[in-house]
Amino acid sequence: MIDFRLGEIFEQIVLFIQRNFHTSLRAIRNSINGMLDLFTDVLTFPHPLIMAAIFAAIAWRCAGKGLAAFAFFGMALIYNMTLWEPTMSTLAMVLSAVLIALVLGVPLGILMAKSSIAEKIMRPLLDFMQTLPAFVYLIPMVMLFSLGAVSGIFATLIFALPPAVRLTNLGIRQVPEDIRDAATAFGSTPGQMLFKAEIPVAAPTIMAGVNQTIMLALSMVVIAGLIGAGGLGEVVNRGLTQARIDVGFEGGLSIVILAIYLDRVTQTFGRKTKTRNP
Amino acid sequence: MTQPILEVKNLYKIFGHRPERVFPLLEQGESKEAILEKTGCTVGINNASFSIEKGEVFVVMGLSGSGKSTVIRCLNRLIDPTRGEVLLQGDDLMKMDKKHLLDARRNRLSMVFQHFGLLPHRTVLKNTEYGLEVSGMPSDTRSEKAREALKLVGLAGYEDSYPSELSGGMQQRVGLARALANDPEVLLMDEAFSALDPLIRTQMQDELLELQARMHKTIVFITHDLDEALKLGDRIVIMKDGKVVQIGTPEDILTQPADDYVRAFVRNVDRTRVITAANIMRKAASITYPVDGPRVAAREMERIGSSSVFVVNQDRKFCGLLTIDTALKLEKDKIQDVYPHLITDLFITAPDTPISDLFLTALQAKYPLVVQDPDGHLLGMLDRATVLREVTELTESEREPTPFTETDGYHELKTEHGEVSA
Repeated sequence: MIDFRLGEIFEQIVLFIQRNFHTSLRAIRNSINGMLDLFTDVLTFPHPLIMAAIFAAIAWRCAGKGLAAFAFFGMALIYNMTLWEPTMSTLAMVLSAVLIALVLGVPLGILMAKSSIAEKIMRPLLDFMQTLPAFVYLIPMVMLFSLGAVSGIFATLIFALPPAVRLTNLGIRQVPEDIRDAATAFGSTPGQMLFKAEIPVAAPTIMAGVNQTIMLALSMVVIAGLIGAGGLGEVVNRGLTQARIDVGFEGGLSIVILAIYLDRVTQTFGRKTKTRNP
Repeated sequence: MTQPILEVKNLYKIFGHRPERVFPLLEQGESKEAILEKTGCTVGINNASFSIEKGEVFVVMGLSGSGKSTVIRCLNRLIDPTRGEVLLQGDDLMKMDKKHLLDARRNRLSMVFQHFGLLPHRTVLKNTEYGLEVSGMPSDTRSEKAREALKLVGLAGYEDSYPSELSGGMQQRVGLARALANDPEVLLMDEAFSALDPLIRTQMQDELLELQARMHKTIVFITHDLDEALKLGDRIVIMKDGKVVQIGTPEDILTQPADDYVRAFVRNVDRTRVITAANIMRKAASITYPVDGPRVAAREMERIGSSSVFVVNQDRKFCGLLTIDTALKLEKDKIQDVYPHLITDLFITAPDTPISDLFLTALQAKYPLVVQDPDGHLLGMLDRATVLREVTELTESEREPTPFTETDGYHELKTEHGEVSA
């Protein structure tokens, strides 16, 4: 019997990348760190209560008074629990991960919708990314990007990217044949077809993918905390390792508040394009 | 003879892998089913040729699977034919490069779709502008043209609505406006009214005819509904299994069906809508007012063996009906002037009214129906019995089971609107 030792091969690949792409890896780490710092700076610059009011205003615009009230009091509660800094750093991490996921995921989804060969290749890859237990790729990530938030963001990306790709693919494929025919019949170039017809029509589905990506990114926060990504993940892990029920509960509650807020706000993005209040 | 605006010559469309191997089989006269079994290829269009003159409404009619939708998609190359020529004013669409094809689609052809094909995220105005927008027209010119097109189809005032806020009929008007906005040489309409419920559909057909009377566009209209084809078409081509079965005017199709297939089809037509009052009316016995008095009237009724007679003036304009009782009574009382004693609450109809519309009136009317032209001249009369008999007979003959009762349209109506009574 031939002994493949797949695990060893994988390890060698990771080591190979670590040894030979040292400079590129550092460049990637620095640029992502830069983006992360920018988000963190912007989010922590105003006084927490002013920031809470800004969150409330965004909620008001998107989803109405109820969510606005929830946002303000929720954020105020987080400030009161003195978890403001870790919450904002978690939010910055989620935003960075989601931004990268969209920049990569939406074009990949479009490619997948346009080419059935691409779809055949990507489908198992996406399954792999979504089901592989996170702990399996935490150590390789740390080897490539060292301990810290960047590794956390990459681990998050692996888990949170697939829905953005899948739902973009689905949305574009579900554009009704009549609309596609109409766009062609009136003389659209392939680019006009994509940007004036397909993407806008698929927008609600794509936004559902964005929503999924955000929620999955949040769910990775605690695991990312294990490799020194900081933020609320670290708080929850401290609660776990030091058996501090109070710390764990407050950290968890903050994650839940953030999750509900982000979910409700992003859910309205998809709906707004379709209907309008007369 | 002038050059036809659109000409289709020996058009073939074979769906499937390596379509070339199907041609020898087609030449041997193999059937569509046999070819599908042998090669796995579906014959969409089999040697179709026809030409369309400027300003006519050309209807392509057939059941599902007849290739009619494939044909219309070959006319703007939404589907590329396997073989054959499509000439738009002499320019072969098949030989056009990308740039010329785009130009033809943007400026010379436009299309209306069965399920409208509107963009849900755009307002009515922006939807109407779409064709002009992709061709790169400046924003204010295209918005002006779109507004004009919307006015034409009766949607002025709805510019800022979204398609989802409109009814099906109104959405299709947007589709029509979008197609008219670029002032095309040929307007392609693919089952444009089939998704609408029957009442709205009739209304849209009438409006299309009105528009056409003003604009004289060249229209290619696809339908599975023969009634619609007969109503709209100047000429009709009937297709079956991708082949052209017959091309002709609606009258040709009705009176000289080319083969059993067309005959079976035509039998299914609701003739009560095709046959008009003028077709079944009788000459009306009449007397002239004021020359003829009650005496002449009574004699005339005796002559024709009727209990009433029509009264017209010297210009043959219709005045009323005089019954035998009144005539005799007036004669006895020595009254010469019959005018005040005429019955005038009669049902009056135009000669081109279909008899299906007269059925209910005939049921209720006490007296014969009067057929008169728009100037009020008496043309003839309709017995209640004649109308009732014609309508019943024609409806009876339609109930005969024929292999074509389950058209694709029938299915669509069933699924989209639940129970629909004919």
